Amino acid sequence: MSATIERTTPHLDEAARARLTALVAEVETDPGRISVLFPAVGRTVARGPSNPADPDGLRSPRLEDEARAALLVAAADGWSKEPGKLVEEIGQLYRFGDADEKRAVLRALPALDIADAGLPLVADALRTNDVRLVAAALGPYAARHLDAAAWRQGVLKCLFVGVPLDAVADLDARTDEELARMVADYGNERVAAGRSVPTDAWRILGRHPEAVAGRFPVPSQED
Amino acid sequence: MRIFDPHIHMTSRTTDDYQRMYAAGVRAITEPAFWLGQPRTNVGSFVDYFDGLLGWERFRAAQFGIRHHCTIALNPKEANDPRCHGVLEVLPRYLAKDGVVAVGEVGFDSMTDDEEKVFLRQLELAGEHDLPVLVHTPHRDKAAGTRRTLELVAASGLPPERVLVDHLNETTVGMVADSGCWMGFSIYPDTKMDEHRMVRILADRGLERMIVNSAADWGHSDPLKTVKTGRAMLAEGFSADDVDTVLWQNPVEFYGQSGRLLLDEVDLAGTGGRAATFEGNSILRGQRPDPAEA
Repeated sequence: MSATIERTTPHLDEAARARLTALVAEVETDPGRISVLFPAVGRTVARGPSNPADPDGLRSPRLEDEARAALLVAAADGWSKEPGKLVEEIGQLYRFGDADEKRAVLRALPALDIADAGLPLVADALRTNDVRLVAAALGPYAARHLDAAAWRQGVLKCLFVGVPLDAVADLDARTDEELARMVADYGNERVAAGRSVPTDAWRILGRHPEAVAGRFPVPSQED
Repeated sequence: MRIFDPHIHMTSRTTDDYQRMYAAGVRAITEPAFWLGQPRTNVGSFVDYFDGLLGWERFRAAQFGIRHHCTIALNPKEANDPRCHGVLEVLPRYLAKDGVVAVGEVGFDSMTDDEEKVFLRQLELAGEHDLPVLVHTPHRDKAAGTRRTLELVAASGLPPERVLVDHLNETTVGMVADSGCWMGFSIYPDTKMDEHRMVRILADRGLERMIVNSAADWGHSDPLKTVKTGRAMLAEGFSADDVDTVLWQNPVEFYGQSGRLLLDEVDLAGTGGRAATFEGNSILRGQRPDPAEA
């Protein structure tokens, strides 16, 4: 298990990993224990940003996100013969979680072998206006599993609520002409209202000038 | 005067109250889960209420420079409705969370069998989750209810110093003092207990294990009764240190047994400041910071 802890918790120091190791062993033996160990992780293992420039953990996981991911991987191991229980508990941890716990569940989804069973949680997070949840929802799990329409709406919401597009996994690979058109129309609405357009918008507009032409003034990439 | 109000129901109060409390010296509070006046009829209503105590209300208090903690429980009155008993099943998930500093309010309202059963189960949960307990004593037949409460606490095996028995008066304080539990007093306008009677009790019995709160809620109540008790103490010759003991150090010591108090200075200029948003909602209606222009 120590290899898993090292993989899931690159920013934890040795003391925090030692505390986490005991909790991971507890969850491997009795996966149901995660229901009360997971919420307490900020007190029992570690708390704080892994990147001081990103205190809310929008672009990079916080320390407690990493520790909670390790507990979820341990629960997945413990329930390897009962994957339905894992999916149910992930849903319960998200339902009863505060925003920090919900963010940790979302961030851990790519490490759990649950196919698209986590999509309802991603959809819920994208319905909120909480930047922590919107950012975590658009990680690698959404890049792999979320359908194009919902993914585009999620990216547009990032521009709306102020989530940096660095938080969006596979942004360049999944950006398409339709998203560029949506962002161009969004830019027009902002300008019409006398408001500025987030600089991140150009990361999308610039990739598909043909979809934007005539809708929104974008400097050509040769400029 | 720095004040920790150890029992106040802020979901029932306005932002004006938060401003007046901060101006008077209140820097931290505990909001016990309790009855909302209108009975709830299903577990989901409690779950949404608990989420609000841990989420929105903590955020709202921080906007006014006040650290917000809560206690979580199925309250005595609603313990009598079998439709609400499922709350006991979800409590463990909440009792594990940061900022949950006790199990409470538990105890008796009408001294029924259901109340006793739910009370006992929640005393067990406090032991399992290593949390102190906030016990409500009944408004009717208070002395008998308090006596039965102390019997159950003693039988539970919980150390008495981890139990706060609240809403006491001159007729019930003695037995709680003898039990070793903490003694809580809710200071109300007009009824039950006022700040001058409170000062006499402190003069008679000393300051140890004494807790004073406003218990302000949706009824006729006053969130500044803690402050007014402090002033009454000073007027009767208690020192500023004595006031600090009762209104800050004692509640910090009691709830600090949870290891979950959040007492770092609230940063009004930083991310916890007035421009912050909670799940996209800000209390600064119509003045939401514009992320595109930030």
